Amino acid sequence: MPGTLTDIINFVIQTALALVGLDYARVPEMLRIGAAMLIACAAMLGYVAVVALFFGWAERRVAGRMQARQGPNIVGPFGLLQLIADAVKILVKEDIIPQTAHRFLFRLAPILVFMGAFAPFVVLPFSETLVVSNLSLGVYYALSFAALEVVGVIMAGWASNNKWSLYGGMRLAAQMMSYEIPMGLAVLTVAVLSGHLNLRTIVLDQQGHWIFSWNIFRGFPWAFLGMFAFYLAGLAGSKRTPFDLPEAESEIVAGYHTEYSGMRFVIFYLSEYATMYVVSALTAVLFLGGWHAPIPRVLAWGGEVHWEAGPVLSALIGMANMIGKSFFLMFVMLWFRWTYPRVRVDQIVYLCMKVLVPLGIICLIGASVWALVL
Amino acid sequence: MSAEVVQAIIFYFLAAMLVVSCAIVVFSYSIVNACFALLFTLLAVAGFYALLGADFLAVTQVVVYVGGILVLLLFGILLTSPLPVILGVATRRTYYLAVAAGAAVFALLVIIVRAFWAGQPAPAEQQSSLEALGTLLLGKYLFPFEFASLTLLAALIGAAYLVRRNDH
Repeated sequence: MPGTLTDIINFVIQTALALVGLDYARVPEMLRIGAAMLIACAAMLGYVAVVALFFGWAERRVAGRMQARQGPNIVGPFGLLQLIADAVKILVKEDIIPQTAHRFLFRLAPILVFMGAFAPFVVLPFSETLVVSNLSLGVYYALSFAALEVVGVIMAGWASNNKWSLYGGMRLAAQMMSYEIPMGLAVLTVAVLSGHLNLRTIVLDQQGHWIFSWNIFRGFPWAFLGMFAFYLAGLAGSKRTPFDLPEAESEIVAGYHTEYSGMRFVIFYLSEYATMYVVSALTAVLFLGGWHAPIPRVLAWGGEVHWEAGPVLSALIGMANMIGKSFFLMFVMLWFRWTYPRVRVDQIVYLCMKVLVPLGIICLIGASVWALVL
Repeated sequence: MSAEVVQAIIFYFLAAMLVVSCAIVVFSYSIVNACFALLFTLLAVAGFYALLGADFLAVTQVVVYVGGILVLLLFGILLTSPLPVILGVATRRTYYLAVAAGAAVFALLVIIVRAFWAGQPAPAEQQSSLEALGTLLLGKYLFPFEFASLTLLAALIGAAYLVRRNDH
């Protein structure tokens, strides 16, 4: 496929090496692919960190605004540097491992959780060209790594050797496992409608009549309902309020990360925001047209209909659309958190098994009929 | 460095991970440690599938074995036994039986490989096994596929029936 992120990186390296008089073509191919992949993954890692940093700040500001108070506003303009100050504080904190904990598993657990949260970023498309790996299994791959997160959380809960941690870990694992079912059903709705699992192709399919060719309107009642099923299931999977039973502070202190402090705690925190972003970005890609603009180009540019942006500009516009949609959906998650109280455990099971799963099955059957008829 | 060398490096890395984690699974006296080591065994096998170009199988391995079976094992162990460390019940007799069973499985695998895939060339380089797999499952192997899904559905309904409430 021409013009992927790897090609762009390779082009940049090639140009840079040519400037100092080296021929990049003489480097073996596997090394070139490996180097490009490594740089792309490092870029995504940086992006995850920035997203988590930004939303760590935004969460507190939004909470402040919603509760009619200030939020962080001292460090830097609008308190923007607050999180950087916090990061410095956390870096110099003492790293505590409880004496009765299983030391190896205690250290391994946050890494596993973060691996599971980070793996889907590799297939998220930011524009037609900006995608790290154009896997044909795309969305299936993205959802599969939630399994690593589940195991990591159980590991954290068990290795802490603490009742609250274990209960929190068990709660989260049960919740994530059960909400994978409606999530999978909602994804299948889209897969049936578009006939692909590749995220880039799914977005390319939604091109055309601005929002009316997006999947939520294209497969109208089914994908529209499926989007809510997917988003709610994702919310539960990323343990956000109103589904934050695994860290319900009034019952089990802080759940599975009660014993964690310093950088290890921050890795859990980072994973939570990474999962939130993945759920939001997948919702945008699967249902909301990915990098396609919500307004027709005529309105956007005031010019002629057949205006074509250059490759760089269209990548930037696509990226802006994609990130804008994802950030809006993440903002909705913050909105939920500061609006709704926590649900009870029987309500969580009720919502999954008696509302979302039947809804997902109805959507899937409806979309299959749609795909046959249309 | 050619493609073969890189593949060989990845292969030996995965093989080392597989052997070490398998040894922990078999010889560890703590069932929980064995369970967590099983995670790396399963991931290494998924890595082998990916290395062989069977991408769908690799992802399915992670979903089914790590996300399903391993988590169920952990649930079973952590919810039913006292917290700290659980000692295994392996005796000398268990080891003999395990060695015998292992030898039998190995012999079976050798026979299967020699009978069915002897002398066949490796499949040509392909983008993804997804489309071919879908066509086969809904074409040539439709009946076994549907039969398996009906069996699973029956098992699901049976499980729901077994755990239903009797008080009304």
